[in-house]
Amino acid sequence: MTSAIEETARAVISRHLALDGAALPILHALQAEFGYLPEETLPLVAGALNISRAEVYGAATFYHDFHLEPRGKHTLTLCRAEACQAMGGAGLAERAKLRLGVNFGETTAGGEVTLEQTFCLGLCACGPSAMLDGKPVARLTPEKLDAIVDEVRP
Amino acid sequence: MRIFVPGDAAAIALGADDVAQAIQNAAARRGLPVEIVRNGSRGMVWLEPLVEAETPAGRIAYGPVEPAAVSGLFEAGFFEGGAHPLRIGRPEDHPFLKRQTRLAFARCGITDPLSLDDYRAHGGLKGLERALAIGPAATVEEVVNSGLRGRGGAGFPTGIKWRTVAETKAQQKYIVCNADEGDSGTFADRMMMEGDPFCLIEGMAIAGIATGATKGYIYIRSEYPHAVAAMREAVRRARKAGFLGERLPGSTHSFDMEVRVGAGAYVCGEETALLDSLEGKRGQVRAKPPLPAHVGLFGKPTVINNVISLASVPFILAEGGAAYRDFGMGRSRGTMPIQLAGNIKHGGLFETAFGITLGELVDDIGGGTASGRPVKAVQVGGPLGAYFPRALFGTPFDYEAFAAADGLIGHGGIVVFDDTVNMLEQARFAFEFCAFESCGKCTPCRIGSKRGAETIDKIRGGIDPGANLALVQELCETMKFGSLCALGGFTPYPVLSAIRHFPEDFGTAAHLAAAE
Ligand SMILES: Cc1cc2nc3c(=O)[nH]c(=O)nc-3n(C[C@H](O)[C@H](O)[C@H](O)COP(=O)(O)O)c2cc1C
Ligand code: SF4
Repeated sequence: MTSAIEETARAVISRHLALDGAALPILHALQAEFGYLPEETLPLVAGALNISRAEVYGAATFYHDFHLEPRGKHTLTLCRAEACQAMGGAGLAERAKLRLGVNFGETTAGGEVTLEQTFCLGLCACGPSAMLDGKPVARLTPEKLDAIVDEVRP
Repeated sequence: MRIFVPGDAAAIALGADDVAQAIQNAAARRGLPVEIVRNGSRGMVWLEPLVEAETPAGRIAYGPVEPAAVSGLFEAGFFEGGAHPLRIGRPEDHPFLKRQTRLAFARCGITDPLSLDDYRAHGGLKGLERALAIGPAATVEEVVNSGLRGRGGAGFPTGIKWRTVAETKAQQKYIVCNADEGDSGTFADRMMMEGDPFCLIEGMAIAGIATGATKGYIYIRSEYPHAVAAMREAVRRARKAGFLGERLPGSTHSFDMEVRVGAGAYVCGEETALLDSLEGKRGQVRAKPPLPAHVGLFGKPTVINNVISLASVPFILAEGGAAYRDFGMGRSRGTMPIQLAGNIKHGGLFETAFGITLGELVDDIGGGTASGRPVKAVQVGGPLGAYFPRALFGTPFDYEAFAAADGLIGHGGIVVFDDTVNMLEQARFAFEFCAFESCGKCTPCRIGSKRGAETIDKIRGGIDPGANLALVQELCETMKFGSLCALGGFTPYPVLSAIRHFPEDFGTAAHLAAAE
């Protein structure tokens, strides 16, 4: 019996099979499709690429970008690297955790938003910076951060 | 009327998309025809979004422009370069740009990044044409003669690397562009890919011709979605125009390339981990030898170069290696796009010949801190680079001079901290970062970094600080010599430089003396 997830996953995987070293593009595409990597899709990747399940699982867990659990509706990623530290990034990180009531890597109870940390967004001359659902924001202030928090968790 | 509003990610992060929309709307309301070009960034990030109007007197810039300021700009007649408090004047007359020597970034911020016509009109493709005309061997020699060294951090001579791959016989060879740019305080690769993507494509095509490689990969970190989009579109257009693909114009050489996206692992910037990642594996560092030049991607001879190394090549081919070599000092030839970041008043990208001092960069060009407080420390070369105190601001920007000062220039990032920074916390962060990003292969890196952070916590807590400081230093020695790559091997740079130059942040001098 194949689930709907498996069916979709097969279609996604087959679109990338012509690539050399297709594993990462496939994992990215699956995550874009489902918002995370459902466990049952990993054996399909292994089968399609003719590699072991352990290898696929190893890759899926090695990279910070891939998630085996469902995520919040929004993702707020704060830069915690040195250039943003120099501009008060640490204080903003604490504020975000406090306001959202979660730690980095966690999702708010209502599933609204996942808070993530990153080490550098390449926005180092206009820190502190962050990314909201792939959209960069810079020169963050406590007020700007609060506005983002209010937006993602009404 | 042409108006330029940067499409660079930093400008967008500061509201450039909304500014572009506001200009479009305001022009429509006034019945003024307008064409908005999303150019790259000029690199004056403190002025972003920097809007430029194309007037008969040249391009006139205004910045930083917020959406709310747009109607005021129209009232001031900014289409004609009218007076306004945000008016900067002609960008090329601005001292920040005037003092630069822009070779790699010659076009960035000026052209429409995705217009091949613009690219050609501003000197693009001359390097590729010359490489095709003089052939592979002479192309390699031109790069060797330029003295260009890898801008990704290690500073290995690019021409020598190319020569090795050229001399290695194989059916298939690859050019891999390292666009993982993980160092905090750096954004030159991003600016290049977003602001002048054809320059990187041209550099890679030249590398392909020089070495006999027919396929290229650009491995871009996932934190750079705008760069990924720009590169993908530029590759598509280059292919359509025939300067990528089978049989490049007027030759028998073929070269094509693909954009691949990383998955958030700092260590994948290390060249062999990057190759493993491209192959679809966990990004773990490979032992060398074999060199990637002999056994690289999918086991084939591979040139792996940083974005800026490759984007420096079109100039070298077009103008000759000697023209590039004329800039610089000692064994550091040519120019370096230096990135001024962190707590700095005039942050941005400053491309200049090697030899400028750290103090000139931070104080004169950068204007000191953004907070207005005194500069306490600057970290040069990313998270694995040393912290420098003001006492070392005379150090010239040069690979060897920085090494002699127990530091490194890395990818050219300078992160400025004011006097509110606590260097013990920065040393702790260096360990924490190493632990977080370790690929796990070497014990000193994987475990040592955790111990290091814990030991610093003890020092902070006043628990036997003398002995624990000595332990940190010992740990650093173990990491230096027991790590396969620079993640574990260079983490001691920020840690030890913080302790050496800022002992006051690690407890009393007595503790330090005890640790000696
Ligand atoms: C942990 C680690 C991270 C690195 N990250 C990058 C990077 O993001 N970009 C880069 O070009 N080089 C990076 N490097 C250096 C590469 O290993 C390699 O030297 C470089 O890609 C060679 O290109 P180049 O000679 O043009 O500099 C890193 C090295 C290490 C050890
Ligand atoms: S030093 Fe660290 S990151 Fe580098 S190979 Fe060893 S464990 Fe991996």
